[in-house]
Amino acid sequence: MITYLLRRAAFLVVSLLLACVVLFLLLRLLPGDPANALLSVGATPEQIEAARHRIGSDRPLPEQFATWLGQMAGLDLGESFVSTLPVGPEIASRLAVTVPLTLLSFALAVAVAVPVGFVAAHRADTWYGALLSGLSQLGIAVPAFWVGMLLITVFALRLRVLPAGGFPRDDWADPVAALTSLTLPVVTVALVMSASLIRYVRSATLDVLGSDYLRTFRALGSSFAGAMWRHGLRNAAVPVVSILGIELATTFLGAVVVESVFVLPGLGGMLVKGIAQHDYPVIQGILFVSTFAVLLIGFAADLVQRLIDPRLRGSVAGGKR
Amino acid sequence: MKRTTTSLIGAALVAALALAGCGSGSGGSAAPAGSASAAPAGAFDPGATIEIGSLYEPQNLDNTGGGGQGVTEAFNGNVYEGLFRLTDEGKVENLLAETHKVSSDGRTYTFTLRDGVTFHSGDPLTAADVKYSIEKVLAKDSQSARKSSLSVVKSVETPDDRTVVVKLSDKSISFVYNLSYVWVINDTAKDLAKSEDGTGPYKLGEWKRGATLSLVPFDGYWGTPPTNKGVVFHYFTSATALNNALLTNAVDVVTSEQSPDALEQFKNNPAYKVNDGHSTTKLLLAFNDRVKPFDNKLVRKAVSSAIDNRKLLDSIWGGYGTLIGSMVPPTDPWYEDLTGVNPYDVELAKKQLAEAGLAGGFEFTLDTPNYDPHPTVATFVKSELAKIGVNVTINVITADEWYTKVFKNRDFTATLQEHVNDRDVVWYGNPDFYWGYDNPEVTKLVAEAERSDTAEQQAELLKKANRQIAEDAASDWLYLYPQIVVASSELSGYPVNGLNSQFYAYGIKKG
Repeated sequence: MITYLLRRAAFLVVSLLLACVVLFLLLRLLPGDPANALLSVGATPEQIEAARHRIGSDRPLPEQFATWLGQMAGLDLGESFVSTLPVGPEIASRLAVTVPLTLLSFALAVAVAVPVGFVAAHRADTWYGALLSGLSQLGIAVPAFWVGMLLITVFALRLRVLPAGGFPRDDWADPVAALTSLTLPVVTVALVMSASLIRYVRSATLDVLGSDYLRTFRALGSSFAGAMWRHGLRNAAVPVVSILGIELATTFLGAVVVESVFVLPGLGGMLVKGIAQHDYPVIQGILFVSTFAVLLIGFAADLVQRLIDPRLRGSVAGGKR
Repeated sequence: MKRTTTSLIGAALVAALALAGCGSGSGGSAAPAGSASAAPAGAFDPGATIEIGSLYEPQNLDNTGGGGQGVTEAFNGNVYEGLFRLTDEGKVENLLAETHKVSSDGRTYTFTLRDGVTFHSGDPLTAADVKYSIEKVLAKDSQSARKSSLSVVKSVETPDDRTVVVKLSDKSISFVYNLSYVWVINDTAKDLAKSEDGTGPYKLGEWKRGATLSLVPFDGYWGTPPTNKGVVFHYFTSATALNNALLTNAVDVVTSEQSPDALEQFKNNPAYKVNDGHSTTKLLLAFNDRVKPFDNKLVRKAVSSAIDNRKLLDSIWGGYGTLIGSMVPPTDPWYEDLTGVNPYDVELAKKQLAEAGLAGGFEFTLDTPNYDPHPTVATFVKSELAKIGVNVTINVITADEWYTKVFKNRDFTATLQEHVNDRDVVWYGNPDFYWGYDNPEVTKLVAEAERSDTAEQQAELLKKANRQIAEDAASDWLYLYPQIVVASSELSGYPVNGLNSQFYAYGIKKG
């Protein structure tokens, strides 16, 4: 297990470095000069040159890359071309919205998907089992922004019980206000996310329900609940956990849509603006943090899977054969 | 240029179609410009905080460091003041300058500063601060859009604490007007990208990036204190979200409505007031006057006459907005209605094309910025020009590509672009500008106008220049954007024209 952990950590660091190189180069392949985004009609050639010089886009690529890596080594994400403000603190303040949004949505989605998925599988032959399964299929087809707009129309514009968007100016100083602002966004993300999760839970449960070991265990006199508890749950959890990891990462990255619908000052809005303005330090900073988060989630998912399933502990990546 | 209209293109198309069905003249219930500035009969609540909704968040807080339209909106006149102020009606009046004298050769300006003015940090205002502020705009690394119009400044001297003497390299009648954009900043202030030290009625409360910016009254203000307890700008990236905020009372006023299809829900609701003011944003079909076929005046005139601007404006803004037929909006002192110079007349257009030897029509590529309203407008232009046998290829580009391809490299035949500033007809006097209009007479008129002795003389000369560019169809001025401020009917005293994106908040009253 220790060897595995070390190997997995080394893999994480190498992936992160590779990701840095790729995202740095990809950004530079985009057409256009960031200096353009800084100026307006009427700018003189001298102003454009001065802007290029200030942000360093007139220097050779390897030099720009080295500068960036140097900063990163000192845990400094650099300064925005456009605002000239440091990128790190702004990302941190945006995470205060995006991280709770992601985690709360995730928790709600799991809380909904696991029982619903189980019932949909266990009672697959009843009308409500079929209905649940059908609804989840429908849910996958519905885009998040549409759900968001629908919820705004009903709960904010018609019923006036929840805000249409925004986040308290003092962030989490008033947790109730902050949670109120996050209610509709969280429900939106959770609804869309749980739709696909239900499908996975349902099919994993169906696999377990049809398995030989469960039948054997029942034949040996165990109750259905006991059999599910001791063997079914563990077995069904393995594929679901790996999907959960992917879903969590997708939610984190996909929060941009919901943040935009609900006017939340999260990471997504910052990224979209950064891209529109060719603000490389902002884009690089956010993508670095996101990549790190996604790799970390993958790491955690792998780890949890190994804790659940002893068979995996001796497998390929574990090294002990 | 810096306007980022982010509503979805698809939504705009749907809106345009829907509004086209409604026809024109639907702006009837809108209040006339200027009416909201009048004080209401009733009392107001001096303890109210005004919540302002806007689509234009500052990039940073330094207007010579790329702060953009957003920082002008939030700070101009509210946090920072200039020697002069441009009122909502377009007049220039004294602000931090108490008096000013111009030498007989028009090249030396002597300003006497108002006494008893202090910065938010507590420092008193001195001539050195003014010198610092003017030089900041002219500095090598300045990103100010106004840098070129102030390049006439040769030196700034400060004989005493209340006197500033500016020497110009040439006469410049617009100098005083241009100073209304130069914010007077404390010369010891630091970190101007994220903090401020101005003399205005408000100081910065807190700027929460991506969300809000609050202003609180400055107790040591030299003039009339604000009629409210502060303002909070709430920033939105979509017009729909902004309208939702207004509908749910999360904001009291929207500085500039960019979603005409949403106006219906406010127009017929007594809880809101829709103000139809004048903007300074002109939508141009800019020809490259250097290259064939648009180096021929007749071809430009033919294209201008072939496009029904009224129909275009109605389909996009449903009765709001104005046709001006030139580069000069009604708030500029040299405005004249020139819509008759190149009237909508398809037969005339055909005749002009034939005269130009292009009776069979021609083809050209229209470089179209990918944000609203340009793609919709491009489609309209294409279908209008098909009527005179001109085939348009629409080439959609990003704002950034526009800057490189069109503005810098002049690698285009024709393009669509919005020009936001007031008094920018003078660009036609610069043969090096991107559209390549080169009429020595206009160049001379613009230069002479700048050297005028009186504002009347200046206005007369620029009127002449404007008539000439219209005669030459230097560009096709499709329409002037409306400036629509939607507010809760509890609110009064807000600016309705928003010239150059400024939004004076100190006179806003609630209740």
